[in-house]
Amino acid sequence: MTTGLAASDQSAPRAVRVTRARRSSLWGLTAVVAAVIGLATLPYLVYADVTDFLINAFILLVLASMWNLLAGYCGLISVGQQAYVGVGAYSVLVLAQNGINPYAAIPAAVLVAGLIAIPVSFLVFRLRAEYFAIGTWVVAEVFFLALIRVRSLGGGTGTSLPGLSLIDPALREAFTYWCALVIAAAALLASYLLLSSRMGLDLTAIRDNEVAARSVGVRVTTAQRIVYVVSAAGCGAGGALLIISQLNVLASAIFSVQWSAKMIFISLIGGVGSIEGPILGTGIFFAIQQSLAQLGAWYLILVGTVGIFVAMFLPRGVWGLISSRFHIQVFPVGYWLHEPHPALPQRGREKS
Amino acid sequence: MNWVNAVIQGVMLGGLYALFACGLSLLFGVVRVVNLAHGDFAVLAAYLALVVITATHVPALLTFVIVAPLFALFGYGVQRLIIQKSLEVSPLTTLLVTFGLSVVIQNALLVFASADSHSFDVGRLTSASLRVTPELSIAYVSLLIFFTAVIVLVGLQLFLSNTAMGRSIRAAADDQEAAAIAGVNTRHVFGVAAAIAFATVALAGLALGTYSSFDPSAGPPRLIYAFEAVIIGGVGSLWGTLVGGIILGVAQTVGGQIDPSGGVLAGHLVFLAVLALRPQGLIRARLAA
Repeated sequence: MTTGLAASDQSAPRAVRVTRARRSSLWGLTAVVAAVIGLATLPYLVYADVTDFLINAFILLVLASMWNLLAGYCGLISVGQQAYVGVGAYSVLVLAQNGINPYAAIPAAVLVAGLIAIPVSFLVFRLRAEYFAIGTWVVAEVFFLALIRVRSLGGGTGTSLPGLSLIDPALREAFTYWCALVIAAAALLASYLLLSSRMGLDLTAIRDNEVAARSVGVRVTTAQRIVYVVSAAGCGAGGALLIISQLNVLASAIFSVQWSAKMIFISLIGGVGSIEGPILGTGIFFAIQQSLAQLGAWYLILVGTVGIFVAMFLPRGVWGLISSRFHIQVFPVGYWLHEPHPALPQRGREKS
Repeated sequence: MNWVNAVIQGVMLGGLYALFACGLSLLFGVVRVVNLAHGDFAVLAAYLALVVITATHVPALLTFVIVAPLFALFGYGVQRLIIQKSLEVSPLTTLLVTFGLSVVIQNALLVFASADSHSFDVGRLTSASLRVTPELSIAYVSLLIFFTAVIVLVGLQLFLSNTAMGRSIRAAADDQEAAAIAGVNTRHVFGVAAAIAFATVALAGLALGTYSSFDPSAGPPRLIYAFEAVIIGGVGSLWGTLVGGIILGVAQTVGGQIDPSGGVLAGHLVFLAVLALRPQGLIRARLAA
């Protein structure tokens, strides 16, 4: 990943070294891999309430990462990603009702959510960025109102997921946990691969200045559409995990705008526009939720207020603060420019 | 006769939606902000009216004399202190901030006012209606709301076209920098536009509580209906907003006539059809705002 680059200034030819990763990134990635391996062993070590808690955390991490792909890299604020959470959950339900193992149905749910997002994108992309938010919300409402009319899927009162009752609860719990872990890791890996590809460069350009990106030949709408579909597929995976972990589904809950609220606040507080942000944000969100759990709606008031302040005064979130202060990137999607200045041998300048 | 009745009720309902939509349309047209807490501010105004009624015992229909000016002041403050600041971060930040406000308002109302639903007691007016034919009658409350919407839209139109402040608002909406060069204090002008928008939001909240009922979670659906009315009618056109509201209202009541649980869905589908076939809306924008 190391490229030698001659500086453009011919009078003072200095070799500038450009790298993807810095040492902190390598340590960071090692830590992530170690964490995933460590987390994978947890069902052998801890009680089900811990893994249950982590399943919910992984689901929110997946959803927030998917929202962050849209908002942080495409400039598209969606308040309607719950549409695909619901589609994912109901896809698993339909397949399970037809005798397919719910775990095996997860990839199909991801595919269905992604496929449905393609025609929907043609509709909602007609709305300007500001109105896109409510447009996606309407789509989620339409999915909800259409689905509750299907009697066999439980209508408005919800239904339980068949196909898992014969499995031993402890085994089921562990298996669901591993699925959630794999999907969370896959969501982060997919984000990383997407953003470090050529496409990621396009997206970074769009994030920084859409008009300028368009003028240098970035196919903005195509890039946005691909990310919208990927984001929908990821939210579908989240929805599939939700129905499997809860063993039932209630249309009004799975299509609730609360999911969007959680995605938004987690990404916002953690840091929009970085892969690390939603990870940190999930941690902060659960810390607030757990410490104020007995106070009911108060935790949402607090999370909302914190979200407003972060949006206004700390647009890159808590991770942005840490990253710029300590020059850390766990997922190196940008480039570091190492200037061969004798006084600063170790310091690289971030070029993202 | 049922169908005629459904259409007429839909037109009346459209007045309510237009009332909700004009504040959204004005704020977007002038300040370029989509206020995701629009519906929640209306519900907040309705709760404020409840407090006013309990404290002063004024008739429910007259609370607007107190609530609308208070909300105009509130709107000016929200614009200057919150929305302006987030606009300067980035236009999309305003979406995140107003969405945050929406969540905070809903949950604060839930904590302080419980999830119970309320409606305003308007005495004999509740059940009184204008009897057009033996089978067809229109509730006075619906008529009142419809004409309030028309008066607000006409007033807004006259204000924007004929007053100095209206000209400043249109200038700032057209080109903020050019307006500033010409001596318009754009921040103040945006504040005034927000004050007007919030006054109409307060009226919409009162109309909602008179027409049906409200609870802490009643805001988001109203935001969606208002948005649909704006898009169906055509962004930037105040009369389009009324037309859009009426089309949405009729779609909902006629849809409800076909299938009692399908009204809202029918409204959404009409909206999506307009978006697919005529994304610029039905009425071409004539006014800058």
